[in-house]
Amino acid sequence: MQATRDFSHYVRDLGAGLLHIDLAVEGVSCAGCMAKIERGLSSIPEVTLARVNLTDRRVALEWKQGALDPTRFVDRLAELGYKAYPFERVGAETIEAEHSRFLLRCLGVAAFATMNVMMLSVPVWSGGVDMLPAQRDFFHWLSALIALPAAAYAGQPFFRSALRAVRSGNLNMDVPISIGVILALGMSVVETVGHADHAYFDAAIMLLTFLLGGRTLDQRMRLKTRAVAGNLAALKAETAAKFVGADEISEVPVAAIRPGDLVLLRPGERCAVDGTVVEGRSEIDQSLITGETLYAPAGQGTAVYAGTLNISGTLRIRVSAAAEGTLLADIGRLLDNAVQARSRYVRLADRASRLYAPAVHATALVTLLGWLLIGAGWHDAIVTAIAVLIITCPCALGLAIPAVQTVAAGALFKAGVLLNSGDAIERLAGVDRVIFDKTGTLTLPELDVVNSAGIPREVLELAGRLALASHHPVAAAVARASAATSPLKGIVEVPGQGVHGFVDGVEVRLGKPSFCDAKHLVDGDSVRDPEVSLVAFSRGDARHLFAVRQCLRPDAKAVIAALRQRGVAVEILSGDREAAVGAAAQSLGISEWSAGVTPADKVARLEELKQGGSRVLMVGDGLNDAPSLAAAYVSMSPVSATHLSQTTADLVFLGPELKPVLTAIALSRKAHRLMQQNLWLAVVYNLLAVPIAIAGLVTPLIAAAAMSGSSLLVMLNALRAHPRGMSWKSW
Amino acid sequence: MEILVILVPLALGLGLVGLLAFLWSLRSGQYDDLEGAAWRAIADDEPGEEQRPARPQRT
Repeated sequence: MQATRDFSHYVRDLGAGLLHIDLAVEGVSCAGCMAKIERGLSSIPEVTLARVNLTDRRVALEWKQGALDPTRFVDRLAELGYKAYPFERVGAETIEAEHSRFLLRCLGVAAFATMNVMMLSVPVWSGGVDMLPAQRDFFHWLSALIALPAAAYAGQPFFRSALRAVRSGNLNMDVPISIGVILALGMSVVETVGHADHAYFDAAIMLLTFLLGGRTLDQRMRLKTRAVAGNLAALKAETAAKFVGADEISEVPVAAIRPGDLVLLRPGERCAVDGTVVEGRSEIDQSLITGETLYAPAGQGTAVYAGTLNISGTLRIRVSAAAEGTLLADIGRLLDNAVQARSRYVRLADRASRLYAPAVHATALVTLLGWLLIGAGWHDAIVTAIAVLIITCPCALGLAIPAVQTVAAGALFKAGVLLNSGDAIERLAGVDRVIFDKTGTLTLPELDVVNSAGIPREVLELAGRLALASHHPVAAAVARASAATSPLKGIVEVPGQGVHGFVDGVEVRLGKPSFCDAKHLVDGDSVRDPEVSLVAFSRGDARHLFAVRQCLRPDAKAVIAALRQRGVAVEILSGDREAAVGAAAQSLGISEWSAGVTPADKVARLEELKQGGSRVLMVGDGLNDAPSLAAAYVSMSPVSATHLSQTTADLVFLGPELKPVLTAIALSRKAHRLMQQNLWLAVVYNLLAVPIAIAGLVTPLIAAAAMSGSSLLVMLNALRAHPRGMSWKSW
Repeated sequence: MEILVILVPLALGLGLVGLLAFLWSLRSGQYDDLEGAAWRAIADDEPGEEQRPARPQRT
């Protein structure tokens, strides 16, 4: 059976005989890589475009339709030393990218309008005495000509969001912003028609520019995170070996697999689809689905789920659901409920505006009535009331949170944490309890040899070279531990037993202790640890025993101690056996733990804690964790998690360490403090300006100064969210 | 003050040209890869020469 790689799913026809493909590339980090890759790919004849995007870590390729196979690009990149995978933008990222462009376009329009209106305003402000009324009116009309269409276009993000909020009976920050901008523009038009001294076109359009600046930065950061997350998904290379003929298989992306297809699952491969076994026998590792680390037998009729690791035999699987549809029914139901519950969280900015907007609007109304009472005319009273609204228009408030969020998200990104949801930082800051899943979260996702220190170097090396012949995860662990790279020749694998062959005429074997005739070496100590798999190695008469198990993340103990120190309680909820969970809890010094927990039990435990007033951070990776990730106050997943868990979690962390969990909590606490500080700064600033407005002393100059001043202050304060000692240029 | 008749349309026209230039640059994808663009500016641009001994290693 010859497997071929099939990229046709990713290739886009551009017309005119040109084809296009996007590749996600690992390890592109500098200008040198960029030039090397572009040069290396352009040197292939027929290639018309090869352009690296350093922000997204991707390459766009275009070539003339014909003999060229796109797999050649991946091979060429491999020659250059880069791992590349074909890549397809998922829906969410396309929408974000489109939104990001729209915001930038709005910002451009608003910024140009601001510059031009300011150019017209400065003469009016400074030329008061020398200027003829007719000239002033002319300048005001010109400002209106620029500001009105620009605001109508650039204000769209705010107007739309405000309208949505009002329709659903809510208040968000965009409501007072929209009211302020529209009233300022409307009043200015009326005043211009009436030949008055003051018009506020400049203040309104400047406000939009500042706010759009903040939002664009926020959006950019989010887009960058999403691009990296998208690449990670592509780098995991979720492909499946699909049968295209009776005995012919083709390596296709999961997205191209349909229910009813037949796929081949070889030993050591992770299943990417849901389905039933139609042929073959094997042991499967379902720890990503249930948390259970003991292998389960699989034969004809066994249901397998995406995320299952095949251990020993080859299986043929009939697909029942592919890609997005893949999920256990009860987990899907739990998940839906949990996601609905979560959407009730009210963001800090919206909570602030719920207090702020009524207060401001009431102040404006009181001002109107007050002036009428003391005998001012309708016109003057209305103008003063609107001036109050303009000066309190929450420019700084609107920036207070996105500004901090952008800086904090950048810092988190550096620390290896990707943000999935925008308000995760706020929620993470309030956490007082962390619940860890064990398998794959506290432990590393891959197996490790624990007794490699006690084995002679050359034995380990030989065993490692022998192990390269097998895909069995235990063999893979031995190969990794020895750092072997050159496989031995002429090795035969006995399914479910081990591998054997000859080196310099001496027989070598690696596999089950019975397979290597090493049963006598198996003593009580190693058997007592329920998580250890023993693998024996024999060479001639010499016998050695390797103990292979899932190890805890290297810094798990330190991180848990540090969490405690910060007043965060720690707990383990795992679907694994009691003995395994107990051992892990003991070595980490965690007293609260439960084993054999079902997904529903996990959600119930979270509910119970929520009733008790706890705010829980759930950290988990398995399919069985997905509902609890959604139900928790805030959640995190390692990057090795199942697709579903990763998309459900609020944050995703990279790397073999657990430290990002700690860093994320510390950073978000700091960011949250700064957000609150910013909100207060903005409020105090407005409190100072409001009396001037109520007194009817606001001129367009004061309004403009107040807005830019408060915005700058808030922006500068936000920059403090950046951790010290990190270089500015690095993000 | 008749000069305004020329100056004002001129100023507006220039502003508009700037805006159009920005929109064009946005459309042609110049803001898609800000990090890469920063490096491209200082990259040596001599295709055909694969290796250069004195290039500093940046990672």
